[in-house]
Amino acid sequence: MSTETVDARHLLCPLPVIRTQDTLARLASGDSVRVLCTDPGAIHDIPAWCRVHGHEVCDIAEQDGEIVITVRVGDT
Amino acid sequence: MSEPRKAVALISGGLDSLLAARVVMEQGVHVEGINFFTGFCVEGHTHAIRKKDRARPKRNNALWVAEQLGIKLHIIDIIEEYKQVVINPVHGYGANLNPCLDCKIFMINKAREWIDANGFDFIITGEVIGQRPMSQRRDTMPVVARDSGAGDRLVRPLCARKLPPTLPEQEGWLDRDRLHDFNGRSRKPQMALARQFGFEEYAQPAGGCCFLTDEQYSVKLADLWETRGKREYDLDDIMLLKVGRHLRPRPHFKLIIGREEGENRFMEGYRKRFVYLLPLSHTGPLVLLDGEADSDDLELAARLTARFSHGRDAERVTVEVTGKDGAARTLEVAPLPATEIPAEWYL
Repeated sequence: MSTETVDARHLLCPLPVIRTQDTLARLASGDSVRVLCTDPGAIHDIPAWCRVHGHEVCDIAEQDGEIVITVRVGDT
Repeated sequence: MSEPRKAVALISGGLDSLLAARVVMEQGVHVEGINFFTGFCVEGHTHAIRKKDRARPKRNNALWVAEQLGIKLHIIDIIEEYKQVVINPVHGYGANLNPCLDCKIFMINKAREWIDANGFDFIITGEVIGQRPMSQRRDTMPVVARDSGAGDRLVRPLCARKLPPTLPEQEGWLDRDRLHDFNGRSRKPQMALARQFGFEEYAQPAGGCCFLTDEQYSVKLADLWETRGKREYDLDDIMLLKVGRHLRPRPHFKLIIGREEGENRFMEGYRKRFVYLLPLSHTGPLVLLDGEADSDDLELAARLTARFSHGRDAERVTVEVTGKDGAARTLEVAPLPATEIPAEWYL
């Protein structure tokens, strides 16, 4: 199981979603991705994208304007 | 039992593509969605930037549609490739710098590449004959199918019965009688179909989703090309055209003046790329200077910065001017009176 980090800070949606999507496409089921972002829209968009693709959002943390969303790759 | 046929639906987030996908899903076809990000999409950006919009729901409508339909949505970054469409559209522009016909051809061509790469059978769009003046006309719809290379693998379920049968209809993958014959600008048939499917909430029907259809935005983009002497842009350029007041007091420079806290914060990310100005003695906007400016120009820029600060009625305002090298200096200036700002400076 590996964990990758996607730096999507200062990108506006949907770019954080696209960066997450492109990274997940390379990973295997059970792997994780930490997405760093600053656009609050990502708090809604990345979980929505994960729901339609069967991935799991494990955690959303927010501190000093930075957001960290942790996603576990699903079976799809 | 044989595998169901597979189709990809272009999902904009609006009502028509939602319905088109659903109509095909009703016939047992496996549908996934595709959404293209050009950089000019209205979706989300201004909401994310402007503080006053932060209380609004930050919903990506294409993702929301995918959730309503229970389908996957693939969001594709086409920013770089899309430049050729905007800069040199074969079929020209609409009322503003919107190359709608070339855009449609380009996106369906990208969808065609996607279905070929992913083993899908055909493409669905929410197009309706007569709905849009440029890309959704009876005479341009065959052009889109032909020039995109999709040909008879392009299905428009909402107006299919007004068009020649496509491959999925000929092959019996889709029952033509269960497709629709909508045409014209009326939204009533779509709204009735939405009610039939139980969709009570959806994004603004046929709402503009592209900044290139916006007159003011197009004026700013045309100005950018004219003053640079070449028709080029990068993502930062087109993002900055979405924020702030843009004033061009001289041919060789313009100012981008933040209108509120959210825009100022967004523009802070561009401080290393531009000379920027900030009032020190009064609260006020962050101002980016795009172009070349001598000392007289900087004085004028500082007076304009003061004009849009809370010191606009003060005798003097202290403005900090920071160069691209990070070196800062201060200017004491009188705010420029509103009467000395010609209307033509505003882009």
